[in-house]
Amino acid sequence: MASITDKTEDKKAAPVLPVWLRGVRWYHAVVAVLLVIYPLIATGFWTVQIGAQSLILGLIGLSLMLLAGYGGMVSLSQLTVAGLAGYLVAIFGNAEWPAWLMLVGAVSLATVAAVLIGWISARTSGIYTIMITLAISVAFYYLVLQNDPIFNSFNGFSGVRPPEVFGVDWRAPLPFFYLTLGVVGLCYLFVLYLSRTPFGLALQAVRDNPRRMASLGFNVTAHRVAAHGVAGVLAGIGGVLLVWQNGQISPGSVGIGPVIDILILTVLGGLAHPVGPFIGAVIFILMENFAIDLIDRERFNTVIGAVFLVIVLFSPDGVLGLWGKLKSWLARQSARNRVDQW
Amino acid sequence: MRLFILTFLNGLTLAALYFIVASGFSLVFGLMRNVNLAHGSLYLLGGYIGFEVANSTGSWYLAVLAGFLSMAIAGILLQLLVFRYMEGQELRQTLVTIALSIILADVMLAIWSGVSYQFTPPAWLFGATPMPFINAYPTYRLFTLAAAIAIGIALWLFLNRTRIGIMIRAGVDDRGMLSASGVNVQLLFCVTFAIGAGLAGLAGVLGGSALSIAPGEDTRFLLASLIVVIVGGMGSIPGAAIGALLIGMTEQFGLAYFPTYGVVFSFLVMVVVLAIRPQGLLGRA
Repeated sequence: MASITDKTEDKKAAPVLPVWLRGVRWYHAVVAVLLVIYPLIATGFWTVQIGAQSLILGLIGLSLMLLAGYGGMVSLSQLTVAGLAGYLVAIFGNAEWPAWLMLVGAVSLATVAAVLIGWISARTSGIYTIMITLAISVAFYYLVLQNDPIFNSFNGFSGVRPPEVFGVDWRAPLPFFYLTLGVVGLCYLFVLYLSRTPFGLALQAVRDNPRRMASLGFNVTAHRVAAHGVAGVLAGIGGVLLVWQNGQISPGSVGIGPVIDILILTVLGGLAHPVGPFIGAVIFILMENFAIDLIDRERFNTVIGAVFLVIVLFSPDGVLGLWGKLKSWLARQSARNRVDQW
Repeated sequence: MRLFILTFLNGLTLAALYFIVASGFSLVFGLMRNVNLAHGSLYLLGGYIGFEVANSTGSWYLAVLAGFLSMAIAGILLQLLVFRYMEGQELRQTLVTIALSIILADVMLAIWSGVSYQFTPPAWLFGATPMPFINAYPTYRLFTLAAAIAIGIALWLFLNRTRIGIMIRAGVDDRGMLSASGVNVQLLFCVTFAIGAGLAGLAGVLGGSALSIAPGEDTRFLLASLIVVIVGGMGSIPGAAIGALLIGMTEQFGLAYFPTYGVVFSFLVMVVVLAIRPQGLLGRA
């Protein structure tokens, strides 16, 4: 007994970090610093078209990662939720709502939509989730395409810009990048935190074995729907940022192409960790912008499709999975070397 | 009244096309649990290949045959090269077939560009058939309806009255047991996939004659197949028929009477069905 007490006393003696700081490593700080000084050394194009765009698409991918990685539900409707928020910002902006009401309204309505989608799709599981959410996103595309009174059919809305708050022009590259970085960073930390909360742990348990969780008294459907709701908030915020960055939104922004793009970049980066979608987004955006130097711009889809195919066939965990494989291979090699030296 | 009957007939035609495409999708999923999200691409590719054949031979019948056969071969290739290696891994199958459909769509766009093509069906199918109330209705659309009914009956007979059909149904229920009783399941899978994919290609030519073939039709028919089988129930041919009727009618009546909200109705039908019967109308839990 005495030894056990001793051990706890030892732990107490060590410097106590708050829970949210325990996972932090030195390279996290390096990445954070690099991201902050990035726009100071990069040109406007690299700041907004590459940097901010990657962060925003990564955020929408993050909402998919939350559902797929932690919840086991691959949803193809995350861009649709984001697109709905984007459309609502444009519509409320045209109606000249005050900025805060516009934002709260857009994100919360998008979240309501996400909860509804979750409620519909959580009744089924596995492949049905993918099919139902795909059907929902294509239906939304046709709705905005055909609907004139609310969604302005195929013209959509243009000239959407962030409101001027605190006298800062948020449309300028630097402020917009920092706005995006701040918001996306908070969302990222929130997902990291969420994955360790009782809810996050229960969600991952539901992913691994829904029947056992149900018999333990957890409400499986409620956890799934709640995950859709949380992911909806993230996607909604991403949608608002996206429409501000592009300055416009039209049915093409929520078509089947961009919907699949979100899936591609999330899987490309890796579904196992929240950082995956951001890595995937950077790769995707770089390819989108620079693949045209190597091949015909028209054939970009063939290239991205082929890259996606290769990743899915050979590394189901995406680039992160490749990294993991490389690390364990290196570890094996060095272990073998050590054995040899013996 | 006239509008009503016309809409009803249009709904039937559309339902006929949806049924042919979706029954192939449902068959493949029902037996093999293979999720083929490239099914819409098979539809479009079958249509294009059929068009090339019709263009060079001048025969519409050969085009139909080419659409079916070429996609049946494509289906066998898909099964042998892709699905055989990822049995039971639904997510991977989904992702791989999405990747394939992206590549296929882009390659088809490169070859056949963005123009829309239309077939010229044989003379006896061309023109209009006199009808009460609405004077006349395009003969070809009535033919599509008849073709869908014929295909439906043929599929039903094939699944219920032939030896292979009995094996396929046994495979739907218990694949392991079927394999243990000496049936070559891999061969059976190839046959089923060939039929399912071939039906998509056949529908490509039939649909290309009733409507037209153009980029984007792949997504449209993939979506239609998804909703139809979700509503009707996976792996059930009668379910696909009921789902197709429901969705075809909803879409056409929606378009005719509430143009701006038409698509919402098909979606609502899906939601209501899912809320009441998550496994689909005729699906087994």
